[in-house]
Amino acid sequence: MQWASWAAFFNMGGYAFYVWFSFGFTALCLALEVLSLQKRRLKALHLSRLLAQE
Amino acid sequence: MNWFKYSSPQTFYPLAGRMIPWFAGLATLFALAGLYVSFAIAPTDFQQGEAYRIIFVHVPAAWMSMFIYIIMAGWAGLGLALNARLSAMMAQALAPTGAIFTLLALVTGSLWGKPMWGAWWVWDARLTSELILLFLYIGFIALQSSIDDPRRADRAGALLALVGVVNVPIIYFSVKWWNTLHQGSTINMGAAPKMVATMLIGMLLLALAFWMYTIAVSLMRVRCIMLERERNAEWVQLLSGVKK
Repeated sequence: MQWASWAAFFNMGGYAFYVWFSFGFTALCLALEVLSLQKRRLKALHLSRLLAQE
Repeated sequence: MNWFKYSSPQTFYPLAGRMIPWFAGLATLFALAGLYVSFAIAPTDFQQGEAYRIIFVHVPAAWMSMFIYIIMAGWAGLGLALNARLSAMMAQALAPTGAIFTLLALVTGSLWGKPMWGAWWVWDARLTSELILLFLYIGFIALQSSIDDPRRADRAGALLALVGVVNVPIIYFSVKWWNTLHQGSTINMGAAPKMVATMLIGMLLLALAFWMYTIAVSLMRVRCIMLERERNAEWVQLLSGVKK
């Protein structure tokens, strides 16, 4: 383990903003991509269902 | 096994659906292992302190931005040569994920550049060619969505994707060909890595996680594209989520 305490871990040697922004922004973008694909799938299935009912 | 059996949307759709959970699961496992190595095991860098830990997300994202482009252009070229609609759909499914990894490489690079170089952005060869890669992805997506006939959109997109391939070696070799502020390659073929083994392992694990993630989301997206393009086809009408 590299870290003396959790506070030291979160502080990242004074570079907390840069390090956590990098990882947080990456996680956010990937999560949004998955969510938008789930919505797109539901919408496509819904439209196909409407067509099937005609 | 007859691979051609899976080259049509109605046979590939259920196969892709069965593969997604496996790749998503592998992506999660590799990501957890990679994050553990990156933050708990890899030592502090003697020059850059803790800021260097951005490398664990920056380098894998930059690799993916280039790999995905080459694979996308490969599928697009195959679709163009064989007039294969599934290949063109795969190219279309990869483009947004490639664009996201390019954006991530640029943003995390900027967040690393600010504390180390003192600048968020410089017009250096590596950064500029990576920005051009982002524009190529956006151009591919915009061109495809601006043409109504899907088969014509596939052909136009494929031409753009193939011409843009020339940019990938420019990105890769930019740090050798030009005198750049960006540091040299992290890993060189044929030379011992200039970094601690644990740092390398952390990067490789996160790169594997991104690979598995890319396969999972591009399969999710190609399934959406199939549903949207073949809405009137009988196989779509017979899907369990569709039929009454």
